[in-house]
Amino acid sequence: MDLTFSPKETAFRDELRAWLADNPPDPEPTDGGEDAHYAWRRDWQRRLYDAGWAAPSWPTEYGGRGATPSESAIYFEEIGRARVPLAANTLGLLLGGPTLMVWGTDEQKERYLAPILSGEEIWCQGFSEPDAGSDLASLKTRAVRDPAHPDEWVVTGQKVWTSGAQYSKWCMLVARTDQEAAKHKGLTYFLMDMEQDAVQIRPLRQITGEAEFNELFIEEARIPDANVVGGVGNGWKVALTTLMNERAGLGFALQIRLRQLLDDLIAAAAERGLLENGGAGSYSDALAELHVRCESIRLLAWKGLTDAERYGQPGPEGSLVKWLWSDTNQRLTELAAEIIGPEALTMGTSWSYELLRARGNTIEGGTTEVLKNIVAERVLGLPRLKVAV
Amino acid sequence: MDFGLSDDQRDIQRTARDLLAERARPERVREHAEARTVDQALWRELSELGWPGIAVAEDHGGQGLGRIELSILCEELGRSLAPVPFLPSVMAATLIEHAGSPEQRDRWLPALAAGDATGALGVAVDGTAELVIGAVEAGVIVLVEDDRTARLLGADEAEVTPVASIDPTRSTARVGAIADGGEPLTGDVSAGIDRSLVAVSSELVGVCDRALEMTVAYVKERKQFGVPVGAYQAVSHRCAQMLLETEKARATAAFAAWTADAEPDRLPEASAMAKAAASDAAREVTASAIQAHGGIGFTWEADVHWLYKRAQLDAALLGGAKRHRAQLAVILAEQLQASATA
Ligand SMILES: Cc1cc2nc3c(=O)[nH]c(=O)nc-3n(C[C@H](O)[C@H](O)[C@H](O)COP(=O)(O)OP(=O)(O)OC[C@H]3O[C@@H](n4cnc5c(N)ncnc54)[C@H](O)[C@@H]3O)c2cc1C
Repeated sequence: MDLTFSPKETAFRDELRAWLADNPPDPEPTDGGEDAHYAWRRDWQRRLYDAGWAAPSWPTEYGGRGATPSESAIYFEEIGRARVPLAANTLGLLLGGPTLMVWGTDEQKERYLAPILSGEEIWCQGFSEPDAGSDLASLKTRAVRDPAHPDEWVVTGQKVWTSGAQYSKWCMLVARTDQEAAKHKGLTYFLMDMEQDAVQIRPLRQITGEAEFNELFIEEARIPDANVVGGVGNGWKVALTTLMNERAGLGFALQIRLRQLLDDLIAAAAERGLLENGGAGSYSDALAELHVRCESIRLLAWKGLTDAERYGQPGPEGSLVKWLWSDTNQRLTELAAEIIGPEALTMGTSWSYELLRARGNTIEGGTTEVLKNIVAERVLGLPRLKVAV
Repeated sequence: MDFGLSDDQRDIQRTARDLLAERARPERVREHAEARTVDQALWRELSELGWPGIAVAEDHGGQGLGRIELSILCEELGRSLAPVPFLPSVMAATLIEHAGSPEQRDRWLPALAAGDATGALGVAVDGTAELVIGAVEAGVIVLVEDDRTARLLGADEAEVTPVASIDPTRSTARVGAIADGGEPLTGDVSAGIDRSLVAVSSELVGVCDRALEMTVAYVKERKQFGVPVGAYQAVSHRCAQMLLETEKARATAAFAAWTADAEPDRLPEASAMAKAAASDAAREVTASAIQAHGGIGFTWEADVHWLYKRAQLDAALLGGAKRHRAQLAVILAEQLQASATA
């Protein structure tokens, strides 16, 4: 065991840290709404791209740096630490690109990867549906071959929780192509062009009051055969590749964000005299517990990478880290409501936003209940409840 | 020992629930919340029915009923999240009743009881109170400092700056007294505060109850993997836990309301206990409600989030659970000492 960075990892970190210090993004726009904010992140991606920092984990042949998983983790930690935004095309860089690298044809890689990296073409994810959340494989959006143009598919259905749809050129869409087949077998993974009238986007307002996500209403959209990824009927496997990538990188950025919030909260508690030992109003115990959790998340996340690098597959840490992170973020932001006081319950403050946004953490990317099922069944080998599949 | 409500009390409860089910439907609450407005028509209607004066003495134009009856209304209003300044008004009236002079009572209680004026109660630190519920529209504001001293301010004697809280179903403001504004309330401030704690706790019981009801209905309907999600023990046990928390809050709030009229000596203990239990319960139960609804629970349209937001504000109102537990510990230590020396 050696819990320090190797010289190569340290060099990687130092290079990135120096670059970030010398090349800060423009100040975050304070007005102009979501569009201005997105334009700002797109501009930031362009700068990362020009300096070769848009997606260091991508292989060099596709424009990345071929960074190891550890280096990639360092990348996200540093992005978080510097408090700079993630590149605008997050879903393309983290999910779409890596999925194509595994399942895409040479033509597809040739056509799609470069514009993902530069941010020229934004990607979104069309998986969840109103009736297919935890049970994603039960999704009902249908794709059928057009009898008049057998090399084209006609797609109808509804998707939900599609973030960035309004800025996107391509949607990673999973649709049912075989009604007869068993539920996981009848699915196909498509790249759908968002620039067609058959795809209507409606913002989905969330409890924070803003609309970070959208609903997609798809009415006979057309997708050429060439945009099938991984073969007809193979959509579930391809989707799993996307979902596995979902948790990998982002976790490190989120973990640093949690750390920063905790540091801010501890400072606020100290300032208010709420750390005095044993005092009735003392929050020292609760804050120390959050620190232990924060460190556990960090260490478990790194341990997961070791397993992945050594044994070629991630251990149970992925689910554990997401579970612990989401729960801790909720505790932390609710504790902030007590320590910070009224400001944390006032609209427009970052603490109130964090408090409300945190409620989604135990739902998005797989609910905590479903993660626990996965841990119980796959890690502990406990018997599965028999349900209709 | 009889925990049951009297026939009259049950009537009040049933009438209130039916009326609010009709008049404070979720769409209407949402409409007012989005516009951040009070439902004036509903407030007039409730005033005509005598709700704001339910616990105000008949001499002052109230109905002269007890704290249990008041708690029943608080709970129903909490269930419905009706956008009316009922809770802040009855809290102000309670303070004036217990800590005000005869003149102060004569001046304000009839107006508050009739709903012609509304009130607000703020806890000030160095003269300023934050997120004072109902202060924007209030005709009279009570500012309490250090749990002991209180000032009574007419609307023109207070500096009221509206501040948007995360719970837009009611107004909130920063309140300070303008120089030498208002008059002191010299009577029993603690008695007023303790009774106000019971009112807030009862409102929170209503919030819990509604969150539980919505959740149970949803998880019976919502199917994933071919079965209602309520069949999964992760979900059903969560619902069971929500019930446990709700019932704890309900029992302690009922005890405190009863104590207020029947055994006021025990009220400091009972009200601290009720507020601690209800604050924790409401934050936990409403968070659970969102979780059990899955993604839909995170959306604006689903209406569960209003309960979570109400719970967060009420939990902090007049001190959070942690403060009341600390208070409780002091009271318990005193009791032990007293019985040891007796
Ligand atoms: C903020 C946010 C962001 C999101 N982003 C995306 C995105 O980018 N892309 C995307 O495709 N989706 C996204 N989603 C959707 C998310 O993946 C789903 O909401 C989630 O999988 C849960 O599905 P559901 O909402 O249908 O809830 P349901 O599956 O209906 O769950 C309802 C309740 O039942 C429980 N439950 C369900 N099945 C079981 C079971 N087998 N055992 C025990 N308990 C169970 C759940 O845990 C939950 O408490 C997002 C959701 C949110 C809230």
